[in-house]
Amino acid sequence: MNLLHTEGLTREFGGIIAVSNVDFEVEEGLITGLIGPNGAGKTTCFNNMTGLDTPTKGKVFFKVNGEDKDITGWPAYKICRLGIARTFQNIRLFKELTVGENIMVGCHFKTGKSPFSGRFANAVRSYVRMKDETEELYERTRKWMEFFNLAPFEYEAAKNLPYGQQRELEIARAMASDPKLLFLDEPAAGMNPNETEDLMKTILRIRNLGVTVVLIEHDMRLVMQICDNITVLNYGQKIACGTPNDIKHDPQVIEAYLGKEDEE
Amino acid sequence: MFNFIILIFIYTAIYSLLAMGQNVITGYTGMLSLCQAGFFAIGSYATALLSVKCGWNFWATLPVSIGLSALFGLIIGLPTLRLKGDYLCIATLGFGEIVRNILINWMSLTNGPNGVQRIPMVKIFGFAINPRSRNWQYLIFCAIWVLVCYLLFERLARSRMGRAMEAIREDEIAAASNGINVTKYKVAAFMLGAGVAGLAGSLQAELILSVMPSTYTFMLSVMVLCMVVLGGMGNFKAAIFGAFIIEVIDYLPKMLGLTSVLPPQFKQILFGLILVVMMICRPQGILGRQNNALRRSREAAK
Repeated sequence: MNLLHTEGLTREFGGIIAVSNVDFEVEEGLITGLIGPNGAGKTTCFNNMTGLDTPTKGKVFFKVNGEDKDITGWPAYKICRLGIARTFQNIRLFKELTVGENIMVGCHFKTGKSPFSGRFANAVRSYVRMKDETEELYERTRKWMEFFNLAPFEYEAAKNLPYGQQRELEIARAMASDPKLLFLDEPAAGMNPNETEDLMKTILRIRNLGVTVVLIEHDMRLVMQICDNITVLNYGQKIACGTPNDIKHDPQVIEAYLGKEDEE
Repeated sequence: MFNFIILIFIYTAIYSLLAMGQNVITGYTGMLSLCQAGFFAIGSYATALLSVKCGWNFWATLPVSIGLSALFGLIIGLPTLRLKGDYLCIATLGFGEIVRNILINWMSLTNGPNGVQRIPMVKIFGFAINPRSRNWQYLIFCAIWVLVCYLLFERLARSRMGRAMEAIREDEIAAASNGINVTKYKVAAFMLGAGVAGLAGSLQAELILSVMPSTYTFMLSVMVLCMVVLGGMGNFKAAIFGAFIIEVIDYLPKMLGLTSVLPPQFKQILFGLILVVMMICRPQGILGRQNNALRRSREAAK
């Protein structure tokens, strides 16, 4: 069953066609890989699906309560509220905020739903007690910090974390909004093999929570090991789609992307 | 002399309200705005005109002055949302100048460059506070406002909304991708900053008991920004501290009785010098940003 799919997604920048007529499908509960050489339009694809960019043509559908909802051109914050979270290729943390606060921002819209009167009463009460937040928010934050082994760094500014943990924190922040679908844009970029190994485990643990994952990645070992489905883009066009095994043996993919590494 | 020192403190109080508003806009939400003087003027004129022409009492004009400034915050905030950094700065600068020029030229309403005179004094339970003969009373009056605003803003800084604003400052795109309505919070920051500037304007009008367009110049906006930068961005205590330092420098020649010796440009030279030295030695401001990491760990230890 498709959780998200696009129909003829096209994005042109002036004369350059970054993404051309792509039908991308994400099956619920699985890990979908989106691969392709540099400049193939993977990130543009992501941006168009998460509301940071508006497609020139085509539509994006996301399943909400069993019904396909057209989310084309929605603003990013609304898409996030529907249950789509994402991370970025070049880490975009709130650098001056602490690890805990970063995750709290991730919970942002989950914690503000009380009616106005309730919120006002809460504000007064918490002011009198000089306590920042409700227990619920702390609980959520703590849960995600423990899930990603970030608890020891709770009061550390995000910019002071080592690189691998910054990546993890970004994923943690995305997960804090309890998404149904998580987009990861090159999560393993710049990681050493050990860190990649940990990341792989983390992604599998996220999937086991019932969250559908889509990832862009250049690390073929990672992609081939954990993805259930792979879509390949080249020059903005979808050239293949299938299981890792199919992709490995697809002549077009080998030609466009993997080159002579087909022995893998 | 004693009266004079109190006067400096009164100005510190009024300007720290402006600086706290600027801090919400610039220090927290990360928008470089230069129109605090415009909001300040709107607040002053609202109080002045309503009390002189319509005979309203101060307490009735206050909500109007705050509300009107906040409304103008909304009006300037919405169209400039797409602008960032320098461009936003220019657009807001333009707004501040427009306000001043309207005040100068709308003779029938504002009495032009002569301003509005004979504003009635503030009355609390029928007891008038005379800002000239008993200015310590006026100082207490202003200090209470500063305290109230400070506590509210501190609370804001620690709340969900404050965190959302900081997230927007740190990374707008990431904030939007985490479900934060960037537009809403940016406009809210503008409205808050403008509202508190309106309050400061009312207090200013009641202090001088007259308003003139020449008070609300572009230099004033720059000075308010300086206060925030000098004290430390994203820190309300620092905004108040910055306001105090700038006010002391502002009145230094008068205080030392050197007005006849020092040229009037002396202040600007001193400002410039201090800012240059600051940028070299301590770019984060005298008090720096509020260290949330430290504060939180201290709270957790309790």
